[in-house]
Amino acid sequence: MPKLKTLEDLKRVRDEAQQALKTRLDTGTTITVGMGTCGIAAGARETMHAVLDELAKRQIDAHVTTVGCIGQCVKEPLVDIEQAGQPRITYANVRPDMVSRLIDEHLIKGQPVAEWIVGKM
Amino acid sequence: MRELALHILDILQNAVEAGATRVALVIVEDVPTDRLVITVRDNGRGMDAQTLAQVTQPFFTSRTTRHVGLGLPLFAAAAERADGQLTIRSQPGVGTTVDVTFTLSHPDRQPLGDMTGTLLAFLLSERTPQLDYQHRVVREGASSVEETDFSFDTADISAALAGLPLTHPAVAQWLAEFLAEGEAELTHVA
Repeated sequence: MPKLKTLEDLKRVRDEAQQALKTRLDTGTTITVGMGTCGIAAGARETMHAVLDELAKRQIDAHVTTVGCIGQCVKEPLVDIEQAGQPRITYANVRPDMVSRLIDEHLIKGQPVAEWIVGKM
Repeated sequence: MRELALHILDILQNAVEAGATRVALVIVEDVPTDRLVITVRDNGRGMDAQTLAQVTQPFFTSRTTRHVGLGLPLFAAAAERADGQLTIRSQPGVGTTVDVTFTLSHPDRQPLGDMTGTLLAFLLSERTPQLDYQHRVVREGASSVEETDFSFDTADISAALAGLPLTHPAVAQWLAEFLAEGEAELTHVA
């Protein structure tokens, strides 16, 4: 059964991750993908996959989470990037093929992609 | 929506919005009876009879972030196109159960699609309820009915994590591999 076998793997993942957790929470990044009906229909699940794949490919530690509709349905998929000490930035209509540039410019070069931004908090 | 897994994700998100702390998702692909049955049961705030009567009407919503709702009507339409139906039972303070049936072999039935992606998107939700998941595939074998099953309860996963969040990068990676492996072993009909 994969469940029994991989729960042991998961405990190893936990032990390794807990050692670095405090640093990661203090300095880390959270990427939030809108996953309401409107987001799902607009391809948000695939955008989330692209974000996870890109982060893994570039070995970037960031939390990825999903959230329900926030009322800007026409701008879905919406992606928020929040870094410690920085304003929370919301990007609109983020298709999977836009994710590589988003990660490269915002997370690696520290330069948000101005033409895709719809909000800052 | 182009696949049933996206409709399922939408119903799961409804459970989150309803404040559920526990959700059960059961999918049964039954070849001998030619039925596909999807059940989502939550312990959220539930609905009164008046709301329940309206939820499958296009554009109705109880949310305040927007003024229209289409998730349940779209899922009901997908079921009806495949000679099936969507039924909802709900009770305020108790929770809601959504049952959706399809004729498995119906030419207009949408594919089940990427359940791994749907489960991962749900488990990475900001407010993830405990999920009890079961996906069964029943087939005619050479001499008898054969059944394969992928099931898990996130209570077991949370216990193993001892407080580490599901959104932690290493945990999310483990989840993606765990879900893909489990779904792949089923060799879907749908």
